[in-house]
Amino acid sequence: MVQTVIDTANHIAAYAAKAARVQVVAAYPITPQTSIVERIAEMVESGEMKAEYIRVESEHSAMAACIGAAAGGVRTFTATSSHGLALMHEALHWASGSRLPIIMPVVNRALGPGWNIWADLTDSLSQRDTGWIQFYCADNQEVFDTIIQAYKLCENERVLLPAMICSEAFILSHTYMPVEIPDQERIDEFLPSYKPKWFLDVNNPFSHGNIVPPEWYMEFRYMIHEAMENAKQLIPEIDKEYGKYFGFEHGGLVEKYRCEDADLILLTMGTLGSEAKTAVDNLRKEGLKIGTARVRVFRPFPKEEIRKLAENTQMFTIINRAISFGMEGFLTEETKAALYNQKDRPLIAGFIAGLGGRDVSFKTIEKIAKKSAEWMQKGEVEKEIVWVDLKE
Amino acid sequence: MRDLKLPFCPGCGLFSLTNAFLRAVHELGYEDLSNFVFCSGIGCSSWIPSPYFMADSVHTLHGRSIPVATSIALLRPNLHVVVFGGDGDIVGIGLSHFVHAARRNTDILVIMGNNMVYGMTGGQVAPTTPLKAKTTTTPYGSFEHPLDAAKLAAVAGAAYSARWTTAHPKELRESIKKAINLKGFRFIEVITQCPTAFGRRVGFKNVGEMLKWFKENAVPVQQAEKMSQEELEGKIIIGEFIQRRRTTLGEAVYAMIKGAQKDEKQS
Repeated sequence: MVQTVIDTANHIAAYAAKAARVQVVAAYPITPQTSIVERIAEMVESGEMKAEYIRVESEHSAMAACIGAAAGGVRTFTATSSHGLALMHEALHWASGSRLPIIMPVVNRALGPGWNIWADLTDSLSQRDTGWIQFYCADNQEVFDTIIQAYKLCENERVLLPAMICSEAFILSHTYMPVEIPDQERIDEFLPSYKPKWFLDVNNPFSHGNIVPPEWYMEFRYMIHEAMENAKQLIPEIDKEYGKYFGFEHGGLVEKYRCEDADLILLTMGTLGSEAKTAVDNLRKEGLKIGTARVRVFRPFPKEEIRKLAENTQMFTIINRAISFGMEGFLTEETKAALYNQKDRPLIAGFIAGLGGRDVSFKTIEKIAKKSAEWMQKGEVEKEIVWVDLKE
Repeated sequence: MRDLKLPFCPGCGLFSLTNAFLRAVHELGYEDLSNFVFCSGIGCSSWIPSPYFMADSVHTLHGRSIPVATSIALLRPNLHVVVFGGDGDIVGIGLSHFVHAARRNTDILVIMGNNMVYGMTGGQVAPTTPLKAKTTTTPYGSFEHPLDAAKLAAVAGAAYSARWTTAHPKELRESIKKAINLKGFRFIEVITQCPTAFGRRVGFKNVGEMLKWFKENAVPVQQAEKMSQEELEGKIIIGEFIQRRRTTLGEAVYAMIKGAQKDEKQS
């Protein structure tokens, strides 16, 4: 029976781990992620969830323990935020290089110093090149659905990569929303138990993580890249299939809203995507032909979809809750790179907003859109990066 | 102190620890904290010096206060370098630094507020959580053996290692005074009450009960030596675990440089 629960994205992530029949969880507390693993600890100890829970002494050890468990051939889960993710960095490469389908919710939180526990996407975006698939969610239902979808995707033989399921600190992590949790039997049908392609087996011993000389290293890297390309193809298919099973689809790689005839498209990630919909509705009433596209998957980057969107529009306005110092917002960077070889490129304006948890309401987004519309009229972007509401 | 309200919950033992430290400094005759540099990581205890003390302080990464303090102590051997941290910070995520600093006999004083959980994140099990204690990640009681930090420091090579509780403010103050004036790696573990994230979960009704628990279960180290493992179950061993004079890291480094320069000149 489908169950409707009203809970925080963190608790929902814990329920998703249970629904996915995760077998090993290794975690270390960090705000604002902690309530994910606290709820899992409760469920494991009460016997409600049949899994091993390892209480490690750091995030680095958490990822190492996940690598060990996943290499043992079981479904593995951890969760972290901010500095916890940064501390995991070298182990992240080991997880993807070993082709282990570990799933990890990342509750996006600003990095210090100044010490800050609020929403900012720089933590996971700066792990862009670790070989992890990255999903960014806009609401609690999507957090649940994406965790289930991610296991199906990552355990696929054509992928075999780990994935981060990102949601913003407090905006989702500690906010209650109604979520539909499908019937367990149906989830089991959609996501059967994990059959690893390879695993540590005493009856068939082999050496894992061994040296790879220059003659073969490139080939291994190529295979990871190829797996990312495969994931790009599989993500929309799995999202559609999930929709057929459970009634929820989240737009595959990019969720589009009123983009069909739009002259101006707001490109966003995470919860800014849902806020942007309100702004779009309001501005449409004022006669502006505007739409919004939320990039749900950042790695693999949906180049082809971005190019397609660019064909019929005059301008992209990109709002980033993150900054790559010395360049610009990550999403602006990637979008520009994806469009470089296109014949007709739209104007591109990059905005930085909401760092360290500063609120970005639909009103802020309307202001950004109006400024962009002015530039669109003139046919020129006057300022390459705009820091929204900066105290100068 | 800066004119700021301390961040701790009502009844927190870190008020007492802050008090004990500042009183100790005052009783040693220091008018201000200009002879001190403070380092801290992440956790409730790490808030003690930063930003509350009117002094130079580095609030650094979770678990990494000891490496930061090590380099400050080597650069400024004439200053007192003091690390404040919690059990999660010092002997959880940062344990390897703690052991190596003791091994090298680094010239720093580490004061660890041990509240037996990860308090700032809401009370998860820590390497110091007593057996059977209920925490948010061990809702049916902890089943892992806790770490004896004061003993570990002594074994690893510390010049001074002691443990007190917040129910022993006078002993704690005297111990801090003594430690400030010793050389090498000095460690003081302070068992401290966290009524918010620990006490209420393990069944203490108020702060007074926790302090009473500390007082009644504290066993002096000399007495503990004569007791069996069973008798020591649930006890808190307090007192000085070691005090010795060993060459410190700073002394060794500067002697090495001097020696090398002399060799250069001769050749």
